Amino acid sequence: MARVDKKQGLEILKEASLHELGKEADSLRKKLHPDGIVTFVIDRNINYTNICINKCKFCAFWRPKEHPEAYVISKEELAKKIEETIEKGGTQILLQGGVNPELGMDFYIDLLKFIKQNFKIHVHGFSPPEISYLSKKEGIPIREVLLRLHDAGLDSIPGGGAEILSDRVRMRQSPNKIKSAEWLAVMHEAHLLGMKTSATMMFGSIDAEEDIIEHLDAIRNLQDETGGFTAFIPWTFQPGNTELKRENPELMPAGAVKYLRVLAFSRIYLNNFKNIQVSWVTQGIKIAQIGLRFGANDFGSTMLEENVVRAAGVCYRVTMDEIIQAIKSASFKPAQRDAYYKIFRFFD
Amino acid sequence: MLAKIKEKIRNCERLSKEEALALFYSDEIHEIGAIADEVSRKINSNRAYFIVNRHINPTNICVNRCRFCAFSRSKGDSGAYEMSIEEVLLNLKEAEKTLGYITEVHIVSGLHPYWEFEYYLDMISAIKKEFPKIGIKAFTAVEIDYFSKKSGFSVEEVLSRLKSAGLDIMPGGGAEIFNPDVRNIICPEKISGERWLEIIKTAHTLGIKTNSTMLYGHVESYEDRVEHLFKIRELQDETGGFLAFIPLSYQPENTDIKVPYPSGIDDLKTIAISRLVLDNIPHIKAYWIMLGEKLAQLALLFGADCLEGTVIEERIAHSAGARSKKGTTIDELVHLIKETGRTPAERDTFYNVIRTWQE
Repeated sequence: MARVDKKQGLEILKEASLHELGKEADSLRKKLHPDGIVTFVIDRNINYTNICINKCKFCAFWRPKEHPEAYVISKEELAKKIEETIEKGGTQILLQGGVNPELGMDFYIDLLKFIKQNFKIHVHGFSPPEISYLSKKEGIPIREVLLRLHDAGLDSIPGGGAEILSDRVRMRQSPNKIKSAEWLAVMHEAHLLGMKTSATMMFGSIDAEEDIIEHLDAIRNLQDETGGFTAFIPWTFQPGNTELKRENPELMPAGAVKYLRVLAFSRIYLNNFKNIQVSWVTQGIKIAQIGLRFGANDFGSTMLEENVVRAAGVCYRVTMDEIIQAIKSASFKPAQRDAYYKIFRFFD
Repeated sequence: MLAKIKEKIRNCERLSKEEALALFYSDEIHEIGAIADEVSRKINSNRAYFIVNRHINPTNICVNRCRFCAFSRSKGDSGAYEMSIEEVLLNLKEAEKTLGYITEVHIVSGLHPYWEFEYYLDMISAIKKEFPKIGIKAFTAVEIDYFSKKSGFSVEEVLSRLKSAGLDIMPGGGAEIFNPDVRNIICPEKISGERWLEIIKTAHTLGIKTNSTMLYGHVESYEDRVEHLFKIRELQDETGGFLAFIPLSYQPENTDIKVPYPSGIDDLKTIAISRLVLDNIPHIKAYWIMLGEKLAQLALLFGADCLEGTVIEERIAHSAGARSKKGTTIDELVHLIKETGRTPAERDTFYNVIRTWQE
């Protein structure tokens, strides 16, 4: 596949019509996934804590330690959630927190061991900001943190905390969070250790096209080096209940047009990524279906539980049957996959 | 096929039924969308319209029991309601307070077995008297037929009296799908498609403009959709009385026709094909209440040129599980339109432009 460079990319992202972008992305998706299969995973987002020192302005989920709603999950609660996930055919959990300063390496090791001793489930957990914080708190290199977590049962790492990998935007909307280079460094180390990760992008807040290009270019370069990214998952900033919206009341949520433009563009730009995922949780089922014709080939997860987007006032709930139905009615073949995008179940 | 259709469209030639059907069966959503977009801009330049309006449904009591409807009730049922004229006026006053002003009221009800025709006339007169500047869009062909039966007046008489009382235009509801076999399944008690067309024709003849609609995504076939679109096109050739066509995406919740929601792709395709077939109707409306704000916005690049309006309180589609909000603001509509690259244009009832927003 021919590669678009940064300059061409910026021009395409700014100038191409929605139809041109869609048509090109659709044909690239068809080449990569000619069988018309659209995959999904059954999992649950478990947020082990909502206490977070980063206090990102786009986030409505975090609480300060002393807040009445602040929590750290108990083992009983965690076990119950995992049992329910397995009962519903789930194969993985997405385990993510805030960056809670009171939790050290011991907590994480203990948590992972507890999960692996009791359940046969894939743990997709701890995004780069959490890993990076552990490294600082414990005074050990990132590689060492990853090795220990991996040994204790961490299977793969979600691409969260990337938002926009452009420091001028990060300075404004998440000044306390790790910068782009650190996010990429954590993923780099993980890939070198043989751990797969996903890559995400949250856009549509105070970012410009240039920032989106910078982000996509950074992950494309890393993917060239390591091949460790399983998929790319873009979604749009949800302004409800966030400080960013309070500070910028004129900020409106990005619409479907912006979402689909960026989705299609990412299929065009990321020619070394096999999978692109739609975000029904932020866009709703119908736009997600349309996203399958704008470059995406994966419907993401059933999200038996989701708390972060919901905290921003957006709540699309769907069941596995609805996801299967949605994929079928968009004229694709639904298939359940694991965390590595390996298909193991079809639905006729 | 698509290349031929494209050429015909560019030469301003009309599509045949076979061609329209081929488009429905086609998988080329981006191509179809791009042509429809081109046509839409040819007709309406770069503008995308909305109106500052309020929907009012004075009663949900209805003698019909359409299988796709989750709104209707019988008198005495829990949830059944009836609004007085004072309440209707109060709703409008509140709407003016919320939005600063309103330009139009949209009134549609169930077929209430005990309300006399005079009640509706009084309602329209009272609104016109109290709010002389507000455009009144009221009563579907189905209601007009019922008024005529109940009052003993001819359809012409009913419409003339409503017009004298202040009715400006009529909404396009009740068309559903014209095919009698489909109607027999989805709305057996409702007037026939022929009757719907006859009443609308009478309205047009009396100088009352109307909208037109098509409820799709339930049990109908693509062939039924095409037949429906062509009947509308034929009548428009005759009268020129349709202002807009509004494809209505089926909402299955709480209804007796249990089918999945139409896919987003089907929604876009239906909007686009409507734009291409109905070359004689100036406006294609993406009704955001039923499509959701996101899909309606997208539809503005797939052949639609109008988003309906602020609405404020929608009851009918929401009874059937519409996932949109019940109403929206001018700022949000303007924002949605701007992101598409089209020029937001606030309109009046007759699609006269009141103001536009430039970048």
